[in-house]
Amino acid sequence: MELLPTIWFIVIAVLWTGYLFLEGFDLGVGMLMKLFARDNTERRVLLNTIGPVWDGNEVWLITAGAATFAAFPLWYASLFSALYLPLLVVLVALIFRAVAFEYRGKVDNDSWRARWDWAIALGSFFAAFGVGAALALTTTGLPLNSNGDREGGPFAWFSGYAVLGGLAVAGFSLLHALAFLALKTDGNVRHRARGWFVRLLPWLLLPMAGWAVSIQFLDGKPWTWAAVAVAVVAAAAAWFLAHKGAEGRAFMALGVFLLLGSASIFGAVFPVVLPSTVNPEFSLTISNASSSDYTLGLMSIVAAVGLPLVIAYQAWTYWVFRRRVSAAHIPEAHSFLPAVAAKAFTTKG
Amino acid sequence: MNPPTVGTALDALEIARWQFGITTVYHFMMVPLTIGLGLVVAVIQTAWHRTGNPEYLRMTKFWGKLFLINFIMGVATGLVQEFQFGMAWSEYSRFVGDVFGAPLALEALLAFFVESTFLGLWIFGWKQLKPGIHLACLWIAVVGSVFSAYFIIVANSWMQHPVGVELVNGRPVMTDAWAVFTNNTALVAVPHTLFGALAVAGGFLLGIAWYHLWRRRRDGVDTVGADGKVVPGEADIPGRDRTDHKVWIRSLRIGAVVAMISFAGTALTGDLQGKLMFEQQPMKMAAAEAACHDGTGFSVLSVGNLGSRNCDDIVALIEVPGILSFLAKGNFTTEVKGVNSLLDQYKADYGTNLPDNPVYGERAGQEIEYVPVMEVTYWGFRMMIGFGGLAALAALIALWVTRNGTVPESRWLMRLAVFGILAPFGANAAGWIFTEMGRQPFVVAPNPDFNGIDQVFMFTAAAVSPGVSAGELLTSLVVLTSIYAVLLVVEVKLLVKYIRGGVVSAMPELAHAPVDENEDATPGPDGPGTGDVLAFAY
Ligand code: HDD
Ligand code: HEM
Ligand code: HEM
Repeated sequence: MELLPTIWFIVIAVLWTGYLFLEGFDLGVGMLMKLFARDNTERRVLLNTIGPVWDGNEVWLITAGAATFAAFPLWYASLFSALYLPLLVVLVALIFRAVAFEYRGKVDNDSWRARWDWAIALGSFFAAFGVGAALALTTTGLPLNSNGDREGGPFAWFSGYAVLGGLAVAGFSLLHALAFLALKTDGNVRHRARGWFVRLLPWLLLPMAGWAVSIQFLDGKPWTWAAVAVAVVAAAAAWFLAHKGAEGRAFMALGVFLLLGSASIFGAVFPVVLPSTVNPEFSLTISNASSSDYTLGLMSIVAAVGLPLVIAYQAWTYWVFRRRVSAAHIPEAHSFLPAVAAKAFTTKG
Repeated sequence: MNPPTVGTALDALEIARWQFGITTVYHFMMVPLTIGLGLVVAVIQTAWHRTGNPEYLRMTKFWGKLFLINFIMGVATGLVQEFQFGMAWSEYSRFVGDVFGAPLALEALLAFFVESTFLGLWIFGWKQLKPGIHLACLWIAVVGSVFSAYFIIVANSWMQHPVGVELVNGRPVMTDAWAVFTNNTALVAVPHTLFGALAVAGGFLLGIAWYHLWRRRRDGVDTVGADGKVVPGEADIPGRDRTDHKVWIRSLRIGAVVAMISFAGTALTGDLQGKLMFEQQPMKMAAAEAACHDGTGFSVLSVGNLGSRNCDDIVALIEVPGILSFLAKGNFTTEVKGVNSLLDQYKADYGTNLPDNPVYGERAGQEIEYVPVMEVTYWGFRMMIGFGGLAALAALIALWVTRNGTVPESRWLMRLAVFGILAPFGANAAGWIFTEMGRQPFVVAPNPDFNGIDQVFMFTAAAVSPGVSAGELLTSLVVLTSIYAVLLVVEVKLLVKYIRGGVVSAMPELAHAPVDENEDATPGPDGPGTGDVLAFAY
């Protein structure tokens, strides 16, 4: 009977999972700019693996937010206003990150680049951490009153789950980025990335596994328990495949881990979308937080056409840019040219 | 009853409004340049594809570079917009979600994905893609940005003119999506905004091209012959050849024509908008004219304390009879209602005081101020038209002055052309500030006796997030405003740097390869060792 809200719950879960899958690796690549890359050429190798795609990946976040607004306005309103300060941090992080990608190479100067590299690394980390915290809290609950507003002041949202979720997404993103780099680069970067992947996998996936399992203890259903189990198997497979040097398949196995992990979490909390820790009666569910069937029906039609189309042309982009990037492909920095040219003009005049 | 708090310390509502205003106007500094310049670059690249003329390739690369530097700021600031409704305006989001969320979601799904993905293909795909497909990617991205403008304006127009809904338990529920997506308010606002965006692009091309032509003259590269016509020359610097002259004079001409056409477009569509608004939000338009009393006269200059929101001390110094009626109704005689009589009507229809309801917070029970801040509406309206008109006039003069192929040597004229770039930006900002502040005290404006729905409305005072403290809002206001200020400086510096560098700053290959006219065949090499993996590298 609650057919349309259920469909939209699934659509939103898909959008978040798509976001974590796609922007997962570009957030991770951002963090690796400082943790992994050794010199400017390696940084540019890293950047150019995600250059053509990161903005398209980020739109998954915008779409997840906007779709939540349209399909579950009460969920959107309560979650976003309750998490005011953490989301502000996410916004600031994403602003700096985006601008840094574009502006980093525009001035040929080491301290200029170093500053934007920090913006990329920190921006990527805080964005991942903040999104993870927000997602974890929407599964474990916030102190909401009967109107859906947060009680208890600007930091009332804080809980161990916020930290766990933040670490989960940040950790997953780092690992996913290592898998991605092993797949997308060549030479030294590729081999080091694979080595790091194999060594770090257990540690970086631990928080996400912890989140998935603790949600099962709170609200688990048999099939979501099963999903967690398969997810763990997928993680083990990813490790094994990477160890053997099958980079493509390791990347896919990690994707399966994410897919099932996310399904187990969203599946467990269903049909609640945002629990209230003040009083369970104030919790938001797919039925009391959703838009009308008319609106949901309209959006279903559009999404049924639009979403496959998006996936198709984004997949095409990855196909167009499928070649591995390596240090040998990185041209010398051109950005000195405008300065030279400008100087030439003025000295001539 | 509480005394009115106007003018007292900032509370959550006031801060949230400042924040929305500042972040949106800022976003809308980037947006029109993205839309307008995107269209222009797409047309130019098409010209290159068709003719193979090297100057078109150079124009594509140069203007495309500036387009990208600006685009990224539109992306960064747009994110804030999307989150802000839920963060700061949760009551608003709960109230309008059923109708308002849909266009936002469609904007993301059908426009932002297209824009970002195909722009990525365009930036990085110069070599991987066949030229025709590469060009198509730009066009698809540009069409995406036009769609995004359409969807967001559908959302905004619903706040100006609610249609297609029914009230269920006090909340509007969508019953007619067609009505929402063909809202007559949106159908005129979309072309108006698009023309406004083109006006920005026109001024941008004109000003920058003027600067470069001026510099070529000042440096003695171009000279003027006895017949008054330009004699383009060559300098011993990469990219400063005869083709370079063509780049700038073509850009200047295109810019000037675009500026003039787009002003005509904004005027035509703006006139339609005005007529609609006189019906849909008569108070906004009366305040735009500082028209206190019913009448037909258009104020050319009104003085007095426009900010007092009190009509008694406003004097219309110069008034042209009949024009107001023409603007509102298309004839010279119909009386248009002034602020005073509208005030009585609004009070009768929507009450004199805010209800005693907790959603209004401290404002519950206060008297409602139905007259928007007239200083803002009156001058906002005039600045929009004035800046736009000035830019168009300047474009006309520029076309005349440059008929012989270059600009005069005057440094002052050059400065005027460069600073003139700001005028259309100002017009756009003024237009939005007028539109949005003229709608106050409503965030969703009721539409007295027109085919909008009268009883669907929301006071701005009820829209803000009840659970969010003034301290949180102030934090974000300060943080975002400072970041925006810093980034504006960075963006402008980068733009200036690339503008001063000229074409070669966007086409380093001009400096590597000996400059010949073969570059049209395929884009030049991108430096040593690129292979064909990276045509453009971060
Ligand atoms: C007239 C057009 C127009 C208007 C009124 C607005 N925008 Fe905008 N917006 C654009 C036209 C646009 C654009 C030209 O399409 C941009 C610039 C860069 C881009 O990707 O699209 C954009 C960017 C942009 C982005 C980033 C997209 C990306 O990452 O690619 C978001 C999330 C928003 N906007 C959201 C909003 C919201 C919530 C607005 C309402 C308050 C708003 N915009 C007003
Ligand atoms: C991009 C161009 C826009 C600009 C420059 C703009 C400008 C402004 C300004 C200056 C304010 C403050 C008004 C006041 O407090 O008196 C405001 C408020 C607001 N606008 Fe807009 N606006 C734009 C587009 C939109 C759109 C497209 C929407 C909806 C989708 C929107 C929704 C709102 C809301 C919710 C408020 C807050 C409530 C209020 O104070 O009125 N605006 N806007
Ligand atoms: C004779 C010329 C013009 C007229 C009569 C006119 C009229 C109007 C009117 C009546 C509105 C308010 C619509 C509403 O309340 O929804 C408006 C809004 C606006 N105007 Fe203009 N305008 C003119 C020129 C310009 C120019 C030259 C620009 C920019 C280059 C511009 C940019 C805008 C913008 C951005 C808005 C707000 C968005 C919108 O509602 O479309 N206008 N204009």
